Amino acid sequence: MNTDSVKRAAETPDEAMPFAELGMKQDEYDRVKEILGRRPTSSELAIYSVMWSEHCSYKSSKVHLKQFATKAPESEALLVGMGENAGVVDIGDGWAATFKIESHNHPSYVEPHQGAATGVGGIVRDIMSMGARPIAVMDALRFGGADQADTRRVLPGVVEGISSYGNCLGLPNIGGEVVFDPCYIGNPLVNALCVGLLRKDQIKLATAPGPGNKVVLFGASTGPDGIGGASVLASATFEDESEAKRPAVQVGDPFMEKLLIECCLELYAADVVVGIQDLGAAGVSCATTELAAKGTGGMHVDLNLVPLRDSSLRPEEILMSESQERMMAVVSPSDIPAFMAICEKWDVPAVVIGEVTDTGRLVMTWDGSVIVDIPPGTAADEGPVYERPFHEPAGQAALNQAVDLPRSEDLRATLLQLLGSPNLASKEWVTSQYDRYVRSNTVLAQPADAGMLRISEVMDGATPTNRGIALATDGNGRYAKLDPYAGAQLALAEAYRNVAVTGAKPLAVTNCLNFGSPEDPEVMWQFAEAVRGLADACKTLGVPVTGGNVSFYNQTGTAAIHPTPVVGVLGVIDDVAKRVRSGFLEPGLRIALLGETREEFGGSEWAHVVHSHLGGLPPEVDLVAEQGLASVMVEAAARGLVAGSHDLSDGGLAIALAEACLARGVGATVSLVGDPFVDLFSESSARALVAVRPEAFEEFAALCASHEVPCYGLGETGGDALVVEGVLAISVAELRDTHTKTLPALFG
Amino acid sequence: MSAARVGVVTFPGTLDDQDAARAVRLAGAEAVSLWHGDHDLKGVDAVFLPGGFSYGDYLRCGAISRFAPLMEELIPAAKSGLPVLGTCNGFQILCEAHLLPGALTRNASLHYVCRDQRIKVESATTTWTSAFEPGQELVLPIKHGEGRYVASADTLEALEANGQVVFRYVGGNPNGSLNDIAGISNETGTIVGLMPHPEHAVEDLVGAPSTDGLGFFTSILKKLVNV
Repeated sequence: MNTDSVKRAAETPDEAMPFAELGMKQDEYDRVKEILGRRPTSSELAIYSVMWSEHCSYKSSKVHLKQFATKAPESEALLVGMGENAGVVDIGDGWAATFKIESHNHPSYVEPHQGAATGVGGIVRDIMSMGARPIAVMDALRFGGADQADTRRVLPGVVEGISSYGNCLGLPNIGGEVVFDPCYIGNPLVNALCVGLLRKDQIKLATAPGPGNKVVLFGASTGPDGIGGASVLASATFEDESEAKRPAVQVGDPFMEKLLIECCLELYAADVVVGIQDLGAAGVSCATTELAAKGTGGMHVDLNLVPLRDSSLRPEEILMSESQERMMAVVSPSDIPAFMAICEKWDVPAVVIGEVTDTGRLVMTWDGSVIVDIPPGTAADEGPVYERPFHEPAGQAALNQAVDLPRSEDLRATLLQLLGSPNLASKEWVTSQYDRYVRSNTVLAQPADAGMLRISEVMDGATPTNRGIALATDGNGRYAKLDPYAGAQLALAEAYRNVAVTGAKPLAVTNCLNFGSPEDPEVMWQFAEAVRGLADACKTLGVPVTGGNVSFYNQTGTAAIHPTPVVGVLGVIDDVAKRVRSGFLEPGLRIALLGETREEFGGSEWAHVVHSHLGGLPPEVDLVAEQGLASVMVEAAARGLVAGSHDLSDGGLAIALAEACLARGVGATVSLVGDPFVDLFSESSARALVAVRPEAFEEFAALCASHEVPCYGLGETGGDALVVEGVLAISVAELRDTHTKTLPALFG
Repeated sequence: MSAARVGVVTFPGTLDDQDAARAVRLAGAEAVSLWHGDHDLKGVDAVFLPGGFSYGDYLRCGAISRFAPLMEELIPAAKSGLPVLGTCNGFQILCEAHLLPGALTRNASLHYVCRDQRIKVESATTTWTSAFEPGQELVLPIKHGEGRYVASADTLEALEANGQVVFRYVGGNPNGSLNDIAGISNETGTIVGLMPHPEHAVEDLVGAPSTDGLGFFTSILKKLVNV
């Protein structure tokens, strides 16, 4: 079989290359030819086509994402910002946390189990490659309507994939979201978050400096999975030997990933790693070009040395394979024996496949001929950049028209209808399939507002402290559909609030931006507005974006999903013993509502569940009020003033009260002063419910006043029912029955 | 007197080893790391086989681990009376190694399940449960996909007759185990295996909402001190 070498490419300048089949546009292909001064070889085309894909190059989103940097608030906590595998934040006492959320949407639709499993695997390797020990995961999930047939295929598979992969890694799953809406039926969203911990002075970066240093590929062998377009390449230019369809979805081996985690941590501790990069999307292509581009600039790789699990793989396929559980390290030659010994201890295969050079070129050979010879930066960093046109959707003004929806007089029935609806019902059917206890540092986990981890003892030799981190993810596609600018801000505000109500101070942000096709100007407008909104809100709240991910093309035909920016917020708490738990933990506590309630039903859960209606405007964003509320909650926790809390969001006060009662089976009696319907079901932002011991109430109220946070006494905890005086009374048992039966009835 | 030394075994894919070591230390003993690939029990006084997915649980949970070099030392030592506690995957390994009878199969629900589970102490005479009272109820986390205890009718009858059923699930059988069995022992009570996780219930602040797991560790310490 002929190998398409650089020499051959120079000799056959006019040979047609299948760039279009690989998703490359004519002008992009022309640019590759201009960079190289000749046509690319098939291997080079493989590299450029994946590196310049939307997924790897962010070519449609880059011009907008810049705002996360240009508008970034001053933050002493930020140690590594956007552009690396994950951002790193200083959390005190010499510790740093690294966290990131990433989508694996399309694979999870095609093959829910493996798609979701490898989504977890990928984000965990991103965190490992920063030099950190991964310490927890979370998942933000969106599915089609709960009663739609395909949801019964996708949801159990996704949950099982996350469960089998994450549990086997020994990472507690401490939170996340499960949301149903028919708009996701053909495009479910699987956004996986991982957080890791490291010492501040031990950050690793994806770089390959030092000519003569060795390039080591370690972990699983390379197989024909996740190849997608590469088989087009391998079979188009040559005889049809590799005609067999290569699977486009990767298959995960969590056991290998667990070994890789322990192996990497031991390699870091032995200080035998100069630079490191995980192999995710675009596999060897991405790792070699990015490492070389950020290092001394050159690298020589012998592709024949890559361990294969299918010996028929062609070099183009090896370059594009997305086989899981692989890492690439740059290692000084004198450290190679120690490096290999550690890999051997953990039964992790490792092979030197090349070395760092100072030529400024990435050169690869196959069977002795040069098949790749490119300036690595042109593939890694200098991809195309598009200023995609955008405009407000034609129907946006009509969508924003408020409609008067009839309100039932029977608020008891309305509450139960909402509480049992799939989006508000208990997610225990899902979360009980995740291990939340492993590593014994889980202070809070779902259904708490935020997950919280104690960070002492995570690393050997660390001084035990009671310091902890808290994490929450949020996102409301309906709000964002009505107003993407406000919707993105509301997602941030809710995650920020969820972290704060546990007593942790919000510090930094990651985001996963899920949208339809960027080639649709109306979708592009949603994207541009959401990014602008998020960047503005991060600036106001003083929490920088540290990294994240964009997922476009979540669209079937012309029907795009609701724009769904999912925002993750990380916070820090000095002493986890002072964390505030969710809900009413005991009788005899004073209940107070913090924040102002307005008549806001646009995009609400009530309009969705009761009227299947989406229209009007989302709740007003008040970031100053969010900041005040967060300050109160953080300070109240530190002073031990609050005995329980709960964020108000979907379903408003009614659902917050019901969930607070369900936390420990403690009832409550409250009175409302305004219109009961508005008080109970409005979704105004910047609000929280707190339970305070009577003797601390005065001091707590004074704290609220000093931050200008409205504090309304509602009533008291106790009894075995939720009683809203003069409006409704529901026993905790009935609340529980309604809340817990929905998902098991749907999914078995 | 030097502290009792409790070995904690790490196989490739073991997950709860740090948790187990922490629990051992909290109880006042010394935790000694034992590596699956070594023929060395390091002279420990007792051994904890923690949970996880050793060797990826490939083939069958615990089926590969029982052949590890360390197990070649542990199996005869356990048969000679070395106290051994296996939780979750550790329990599965003990069954695969025939140190305990029966087997653990896929949960009846076919789902992995993580929850705080009530169990009842059926035997407080074993080396690992003497700190409890017979009939006492504990809350410990369970987290497994393959925890359904099965055994032949004869074996079950013998276990019940000899008082080798150490724990039973109460308030709902989470996995379809025969006779609601959550944990068993060998005939002499030195080897105990159970699906729940005592090491995740030893501190107020983290893990399950109980500290009932501490009793396992105080039981073994009491035993070792009195030997």
